[in-house]
Amino acid sequence: MGNNSNAAMRPETQFEIRDLDLFYDKFQALHHVDMDILKNRVTALIGPSGCGKSTFIRTLNRMNDLIPIVKITGSVKFDGTDIFGRDCDVIALRKKVGMVFQKPNPFPKTVYENIVYGPRIHGEKNKRKLDELVEMSLKQVALWDEVKDRLHKPALGLSGGQQQRLCIARCLAVEPEVILMDEPTSALDPVATLKIEELMSSLRERYTIVIVTHNMQQAGRISDFTSFFLNGEVIETDHTDAIFSNPSNSKTEEYITGRFG
Amino acid sequence: MKASISEKRGRRSIRETAIERILFLAGITATISVALITIFIFGSGIPALLDSGFVNFLVGTNWSPANGSYGTLPLTAGTMAVTLTALVLGIPTGIACAVFLSEILHRKAARVFKFAIELLAGIPSVVYGFFGLIVVVPAVRTYILPLVRLWDPDAHTTGLSILSGAIILAVMILPTIVSLSENAISSVPAEYREASLALGANKRQTITGVLIPAARSGILASIILGMGRAIGETMAILLITGNVAVLPKSLLDPVATLTGTIAMEMSYASASHQQALFAVGIILFIIIMLLNAVAQGVSKRMGVNQ
Ligand SMILES: Nc1ncnc2c1ncn2[C@@H]1O[C@H](COP(=O)(O)OP(=O)(O)OP(=O)(O)O)[C@@H](O)[C@H]1O
Ligand SMILES: [Mg+2]
Repeated sequence: MGNNSNAAMRPETQFEIRDLDLFYDKFQALHHVDMDILKNRVTALIGPSGCGKSTFIRTLNRMNDLIPIVKITGSVKFDGTDIFGRDCDVIALRKKVGMVFQKPNPFPKTVYENIVYGPRIHGEKNKRKLDELVEMSLKQVALWDEVKDRLHKPALGLSGGQQQRLCIARCLAVEPEVILMDEPTSALDPVATLKIEELMSSLRERYTIVIVTHNMQQAGRISDFTSFFLNGEVIETDHTDAIFSNPSNSKTEEYITGRFG
Repeated sequence: MKASISEKRGRRSIRETAIERILFLAGITATISVALITIFIFGSGIPALLDSGFVNFLVGTNWSPANGSYGTLPLTAGTMAVTLTALVLGIPTGIACAVFLSEILHRKAARVFKFAIELLAGIPSVVYGFFGLIVVVPAVRTYILPLVRLWDPDAHTTGLSILSGAIILAVMILPTIVSLSENAISSVPAEYREASLALGANKRQTITGVLIPAARSGILASIILGMGRAIGETMAILLITGNVAVLPKSLLDPVATLTGTIAMEMSYASASHQQALFAVGIILFIIIMLLNAVAQGVSKRMGVNQ
């Protein structure tokens, strides 16, 4: 309790991003981005299509490593260590910084196998521990009651919303500190979206969440901080309330009031 | 106006009927051919089966047509031994090769490799046999035999053996396994790869934990096709396995296969001998049917499990 209120007063920085430039070959997709992402807070990234939100969020767990033409300069510190430094272990980074994708992408395995995939990779062999993890993570995403009788059925047989919650559960099962979500509800109907949003509110206590969204109401409902991207630059980052009620930059105001983008 | 429309339609429908008829004929011809061949083989072979007694024919261990003794177990054993050994050698190599091409090698280099492997499929099988005879057979005799003698001092071989045949067969089925498996692995959606890596998996874990399982039906199909080719292969095997119709005791023993025996003996076979060879054909037929059924059963079970 004491810890909590303490954290509430002076949150720690989870990611410290300084002067980040990112190029796809010769095309510059991010321009000297500076941002602090606070621990145990929800940070929303908004901005028009193609402004670099996905590119940015994929930098945080180094998923951009998979694209050979990407060149990055500047620094991104995670809990104080430079994630591009020589001594950074990508595997350990990705274990701590989980990711949920736009399109639900459960493996073509059973529900159970989807959840235990991560823990197994990181060395968990104990059957009982794995069973517990499955139950715990599915309960966290409020999916347990829906799937507890079909744990050993194909995950691809679930509905889109269930699949996305399964993907979040799969991510939680490796016990990350951060969850990156790139438009996690854009492929879902309003009811499933609402469920995921409720889920995020329940997760915010224990995880740092970074979410890309095109839905202004969603950003307003679930986030503590909002960052507005435009053409690869961060125009402003502030408390969500402030951004939406009283943006300091006129471009932000134009975007959130729907005048462009 | 009206007339011209109906005329057009008329001409069109004639063309369409013609095409339909031709396709129908082609389909019927194929089906009838298969039926005729089946009837012919069974018709010609069954008397021999009845003559020798079904059981004797299947499990008799003495194949000596000169004495009228037709026990086919050595031939079946020969075919199975060569094929299975070829699969044991060829499947892991083929899958490893496919993974290497689709996941590890740079795209451009992979294209060159793939082309080279597909060239293997175009080499006539008699050339494989010749190559096996000149290169693999002596190699087995001079390099493998001494190794085997380390723990079995009595081992001996001329090099004409199950092992030599299986090595060549493994190379022959490689193009099938590699190109189909490679396709299957490369067409696993990128999202699975990303999901796995984002959970902190490394490349090896992603390959064995996600990519290969996701591609397994394609990989299995490649194995089944490879197996079909291996069982049916005659020429290459004929030249390298020694053609001795005796039950083999080790991989270094020579064997005769079902197909090889038919091919060699048919030209000079007397009436009853010829019938026996047709009966050998029946066995081959049934083995292939069984293997297909098993393979299909396996693939169905794997499909359900995903
Ligand atoms: N793999 C790539 N190769 C080259 N250019 C890329 C690549 N991925 C993205 N880009 C470019 O980088 C810019 C930013 O793309 P990004 O996907 O980050 O935008 P976004 O803000 O996520 O857009 P959206 O809201 O549509 O998802 C775009 O101009 C895009 O064309
Ligand atoms: Mg995007």
